[in-house]
Amino acid sequence: MSSTSEKPVGVIGAGNFGTVIANILAINRKVFLYTRDEQTAARIKSENQNKGYALHPNVEPTHDLQQVATQCDVLFPMVPSSHFREMMRQLSPYLQPYHILIHGTKGFDITLPDGQSLENITRLTRQQVKTMSEVIQEESVVVRVGCLAGPNLAKELAQRQPGATVVASHFNEVIQLGKRLLRNDRFQVYENNDIVGVEIAGVLKNIIAIASGALSGLGYGENAKGLLISRGAVEMVYLGRALGGDLKAFLGVAGIGDLVTTCNSPMSRNFTVGYRLAKGEKLPDILADMTEVAEGVNTVRIAKKCADHYKVRALITDRLYKVLFEGMTVEEALEFLMRYPLNVDIDFI
Amino acid sequence: MELLEEKKNKNRKYEPILHGIPDWPVYQLSKNRKEFVELVTRNAIERIKMLRPTRKQLIDELEATAYREQNRIKRNRWRVDPKDDSRFWSNIKNELVGLSAKDPETTSAVEDALLEKIVSRYANEIAGNFKPNSYRFTREVVKFWFQRLLNGARVKKFGAFFRNQYTLRDKIHVVGKVKMLRALAKKGTVVMVPTHFSNLDSILIGWVIHSVGLPAFIYGAGLNLFNIKIFAYFMNSLGAYKVDRRKKNLPYLETLKMYSNQAIQKGAHSLFFPGGTRSRSGLIEKQLKLGLLSTAIEAQRNLYQQTTEGEVRKIFVVPVTLNYNFVLEAPDLIEDYLQVKGKDRYLPEEDKYGSMELIRFMFKFFTKGSNISVSIGPGLDVMGNYVDDEGNSLDPQGRVIDTRGYFISNGSITDDKQREDEYTRMLSQRIVSEYHRINRVFASHLAAFVAFEMWQKKHPKLDLFSLLRLPEEELELDYTEYRDTFKRVRKKLYELKDAGKVNHATHLKGKVDQVIKLGIENVGIFHLKRPLLKNKKGNIITKDLTVLYYYHNRLVGYELEQYI
Repeated sequence: MSSTSEKPVGVIGAGNFGTVIANILAINRKVFLYTRDEQTAARIKSENQNKGYALHPNVEPTHDLQQVATQCDVLFPMVPSSHFREMMRQLSPYLQPYHILIHGTKGFDITLPDGQSLENITRLTRQQVKTMSEVIQEESVVVRVGCLAGPNLAKELAQRQPGATVVASHFNEVIQLGKRLLRNDRFQVYENNDIVGVEIAGVLKNIIAIASGALSGLGYGENAKGLLISRGAVEMVYLGRALGGDLKAFLGVAGIGDLVTTCNSPMSRNFTVGYRLAKGEKLPDILADMTEVAEGVNTVRIAKKCADHYKVRALITDRLYKVLFEGMTVEEALEFLMRYPLNVDIDFI
Repeated sequence: MELLEEKKNKNRKYEPILHGIPDWPVYQLSKNRKEFVELVTRNAIERIKMLRPTRKQLIDELEATAYREQNRIKRNRWRVDPKDDSRFWSNIKNELVGLSAKDPETTSAVEDALLEKIVSRYANEIAGNFKPNSYRFTREVVKFWFQRLLNGARVKKFGAFFRNQYTLRDKIHVVGKVKMLRALAKKGTVVMVPTHFSNLDSILIGWVIHSVGLPAFIYGAGLNLFNIKIFAYFMNSLGAYKVDRRKKNLPYLETLKMYSNQAIQKGAHSLFFPGGTRSRSGLIEKQLKLGLLSTAIEAQRNLYQQTTEGEVRKIFVVPVTLNYNFVLEAPDLIEDYLQVKGKDRYLPEEDKYGSMELIRFMFKFFTKGSNISVSIGPGLDVMGNYVDDEGNSLDPQGRVIDTRGYFISNGSITDDKQREDEYTRMLSQRIVSEYHRINRVFASHLAAFVAFEMWQKKHPKLDLFSLLRLPEEELELDYTEYRDTFKRVRKKLYELKDAGKVNHATHLKGKVDQVIKLGIENVGIFHLKRPLLKNKKGNIITKDLTVLYYYHNRLVGYELEQYI
């Protein structure tokens, strides 16, 4: 390797996933781990650990965004979707067209006209709903963008359990770079060139995760879950296509792979929301108990309003919306789905 | 003030930015035509060998090329085709026979020689033939006759024929970023990419380039235009190079792209219609042909790689829309479109218009009041970023960015075909959205759009084809209803304009009845069957719904349908 290819890489956002990815990257390169807050950076440095994960010696915590951008050609933004655009605005002045960004954020960015909110707007179009790669391109001069998605529970990755991810980008260059940086003997990296599809798959699966929690809360077993996951995948394909994704992304590691993992993770916030709803609790009470918003609750809102606009049949999403926001019970929703007369298994291949 | 007349025409005469024709890059190219063709041939051969690295692949490619060329000669012959076409290709084919079976040792030079023969033939065919004298002559002839026609037609007095009260400037409105275009042409190399609706476009844009004081551009003109003698003369004198859409073989396409690439690198301002062919449907192009567009990006990267000292010459992409009330070929174009819609089959290029039709059309064009406007868009760099008058690329926040960085990987500029393919796709999307932004809506476009959409709405169960089959006598729109809808959609159009999403002619802002009248009078003004008319009751009718559909398409893509 030439000396220029030994440039450090940057990870932006020191959450669970960010920290774990920084550790994986550190096997190959020196890594800057950026966090907004000066004290946090100092604390991570002095304790040499973050969120319970010991830091690889090649990882250096920092709170200097400019330094990260000027020293690294390759950056991995890993911040929650609700802060993503704001972070990009701060980062943008330091970015140049030669930068490559590979993000690992699952979520949509919503821009609404003044006076409207996600609650009161009736329909959403792709003008208002953006994926993170689109936000990067809107807010900066960077065009070589990629994303990471797949069944990547931070905890298991940290324990070096076998796992895989998808690096998706329109640019082969970005995919190959992502593979080179991330791959190791316990972490497989797959390629996909439908970045928008992969991003959308990573978001929509949150809906099905809530439904999975709900089934579990009703006490149902594996047959029901198999039904849900397969029908959920079909629904994701419908929705995903309407939003500009390609079928293939949904059948791969970032689609089915992530979906199965999420639907089997009782600890996840989305699953918990569904579980407690099925036990008869009301959404505001459940959310009041949670420190962070379950991403899936917003995703249901967004997906339902997009489905209405693009005239997509999305039964599970639609019923969940009614359960979450219109007082329908989980049993009623399930009954509706079980009685629904349209029974073509797969009609999109 | 009544705004039905176009705002006082600001079109003024521009001084040429380069005075002597010998300074023009296009002249330099044609003066050294032989060397340039050789340069193109050499580079194209190198590229083809890179794409077909093994001997077997190369021979396969040459065999496919010969096969297709012989097929073309059999099926679709044009007047411009060289006389020895058929002999040339059968010779090539004979030499190819059994070549792959022979010993590579003894024949290795043969396929190289064949490739060179083919590429050099293509390069010679493509290369333009700019002649300063003939350029000057054509320019004067065009100006003189256009002016005579215009004055003879408009000022209805004896002797007016020789007056100079009206000039082409009154007829053709050039709007938009003219000053910027001139500045960029001094600073770097301009690649102009207009929308394409009519065969007239080429001549029109040639006149525009001259009238804003720019040196002649090199043109990528369809070879089919050279079938019409009068066009061939114009084209040759304007510096056109020839694009033959019948030839889809790899050696041809690579030679063509290399020609464009090298000419741009040499600083020749260049022009091609990225839609590839005239818009059949009347829609503003949504899909562009990426081949020639990619040469602008590649040329820019080559310039960054090769320039060792001094400033790197930048390449600027300038989108242009041509706005007509009337497209001569509309009825044929839309028929083609409807025939092919849904069916993905080859569309033969036919030109039903000879020189006489064209002159007749010109006369009609000048004798009746049908203005044309040409909107010059803002300059873009090859990545689709806006540039300022100095040619600096700007990001959306107005910060200056270095275009070089887009080609850098790991600290140095690299060749990456896949990356540049992707950049080309992105650039084409930017151009398309720029077309929609600078598109200048006329009263006639809006009149057509509103009428067609109203009829569509009144027959919600009919698909397009069934709708078009309705007898025209059954179609009548109540004027008051039409007027209200027109007003409503016009208001939305104003909003779109304020949001920077479209442009419109100033005449659109007049009193609604008069604007509608103007629109109806002008839409497809010279067609035998008029797409829009008022009947005796004052209601709106059509004599040709299909052609109305064509003109209506101009406004598709702005989501105005929902306000009908």
